Amino acid sequence: MIPTSHYLFLSLGLFTIGIIGVVTRRNVIIILMSIELMLNAVNINLVAFSRLVGSAEGHVFAIFIITDAAAEAAVGLGIIISFFRNRETLLSDEMDLLKW
Amino acid sequence: MLDQIVFYFFAALAAISAVLVVTRRNIVQCAIFLITALLATAGIFLQLHAEFLFIVQVILYAGGIMVLFVFVIMLINLDISLHQAQYNRQWWLGLLLALVVGAHLILAVAVGRSVLPFGEPAPATMLEPSTQIVGRTLFGEYMLPFEIASILLLVAMIGAVVMAKKKV
Repeated sequence: MIPTSHYLFLSLGLFTIGIIGVVTRRNVIIILMSIELMLNAVNINLVAFSRLVGSAEGHVFAIFIITDAAAEAAVGLGIIISFFRNRETLLSDEMDLLKW
Repeated sequence: MLDQIVFYFFAALAAISAVLVVTRRNIVQCAIFLITALLATAGIFLQLHAEFLFIVQVILYAGGIMVLFVFVIMLINLDISLHQAQYNRQWWLGLLLALVVGAHLILAVAVGRSVLPFGEPAPATMLEPSTQIVGRTLFGEYMLPFEIASILLLVAMIGAVVMAKKKV
């Protein structure tokens, strides 16, 4: 049997990789993908704790997080398409319309 | 024994493909490795006896969300972006801070493992017909959040259509 802490270590590792992707990459689509990776890591945590405690609520929360991820991806990609149509770039450091 | 082989195989697969997602230059390859990472996570859900989440992960994440990503990549695929710098100017600072945050989290679990019941293996599952129990919880206690989530999806759908329309 695998101790619950190993699931937590896996989840924290994936979460950290996701943070690294968000703060270092320039391409906005890859930043969105890294956010998906982080949400996914949180789901592993929730399901592992659900197994430890023996209640289904972790599964329910994981379902809500997947719903959120779907909504976030749809709106985020819509914004990216709209921005690309206006500025012809995908790089996050060139998205500076609000910077004076 | 088989349990452990399955878990560590999927964990290694998820970790390696996650690293490749944030380091590959070609964005289509990033998307493919993200699909691999999500499918490996689905395998871990199955190993944790979360059958419903396993199938939701495969259908919704790997099937639905990733199709959306690949569609957008194909719509705005730029050959120029292959030759641009992939990391921003402060990447070393960001990497350092992210590693500090990650080390803190992992240290917290490593210390807490001796105090809290993380260290032992999880008890033999009490969630036996897991899908049935999840359904009862979702449509009983969590009925209102479920309905709010459906409104959230409707709002996101309308928002995505409005955003991607030709003339705003």
